Amino acid sequence: MTALLLTESFAERGARERARALLDAQSFRELIGPFERIASPYLAAQGVVPQSDDGTVVARGTIGGVRACVVATDGRFLGGSIGEIGGSKIAGALELARRDAERGTPTRMVLALDTGGIRLQEANLGILAVSEICDAIVALRDLMPVVAVIAGRVGVYGGLSLSTALCSEIIVSEGARVGLNGPDVVETESGIEEMDSSDRPLIWRVTGGRQRFAQGFASELVSDDVPAIRAAVERAFEAPRELGPLVAQPFPDPRLDLEAFLRAMEIEP
Amino acid sequence: MIETLTYEFPATQSVEHRSHVGVVASGNCEILLEPSSDQRSAVVVRTSVSGFDGTWQAVLGRFFARNPVAVAIEINDFGATPAVVALRLEQALESAQ
Repeated sequence: MTALLLTESFAERGARERARALLDAQSFRELIGPFERIASPYLAAQGVVPQSDDGTVVARGTIGGVRACVVATDGRFLGGSIGEIGGSKIAGALELARRDAERGTPTRMVLALDTGGIRLQEANLGILAVSEICDAIVALRDLMPVVAVIAGRVGVYGGLSLSTALCSEIIVSEGARVGLNGPDVVETESGIEEMDSSDRPLIWRVTGGRQRFAQGFASELVSDDVPAIRAAVERAFEAPRELGPLVAQPFPDPRLDLEAFLRAMEIEP
Repeated sequence: MIETLTYEFPATQSVEHRSHVGVVASGNCEILLEPSSDQRSAVVVRTSVSGFDGTWQAVLGRFFARNPVAVAIEINDFGATPAVVALRLEQALESAQ
């Protein structure tokens, strides 16, 4: 009981408070915050009330005294889904971090993701944003570790699970989940014999943080406690480790593959 | 469909800072509050639940009767109950002072 009262939960915080919690005290400075009012222009037309930050918070500051940037998605707004605005904020932050690293002023990049994936209301724009995010992670991780923190109530599903798999370090909490298709999707597509989406213990046995860590999909398993997660993030930057073959293998430049593919198809690249 | 409501209230006091509280999640709302130089307050409500303009008028009217602050307020609502809206307004004001 005392331990429970003394725990500073990460999952119970909103995205902005999570970013603040990961950055050094007093160093939080938000970029493209709610008062910029860069919200999704597509939701209102579909009868959905938009949020002034599009559910994605980008914050500068320091981690362990080093320049840092934390991106946090808010799982409470439309399931933390990624649309054009939120996705562009993430991709832009990653690209700026790469530019910083190339100029000799490295920025520690943390993706605190809590998302069900691409926002259905902005389908293709969300898919495009995820591809940009993946591209930017691959470019940045050659220069600096890109650290994913999956410790929210939703976890990471859908398109952003692909981006997460590209990160150099993946920190998960026991309460979080990581998977490509969510339980509802699996049940709908493959039947209730394959996955009963109301069976919460089953969902965590298959996609829960502890299971994903045991399978080698995550580099560290943490409790839902801010100091523990902060310590794991600092370790990830100070002593980045190799992950399993699924995520640690060097990826060829995807553009080279595309050119080879186009030539094979006898199309001028 | 989304309903957009606007309200105005007389104001005599000022606030120092702007503030942002809440989230557009089920049964909740987001409030952006900014100091205004006018001697009145302007409120814009965007809500996914239509037909409650009288309730909004009552909740906002009570808030500004107790706190006649000159502010521009924007509310993005996802079905917050009057009690939740009242608490979010108090929280926004407290964060702005």
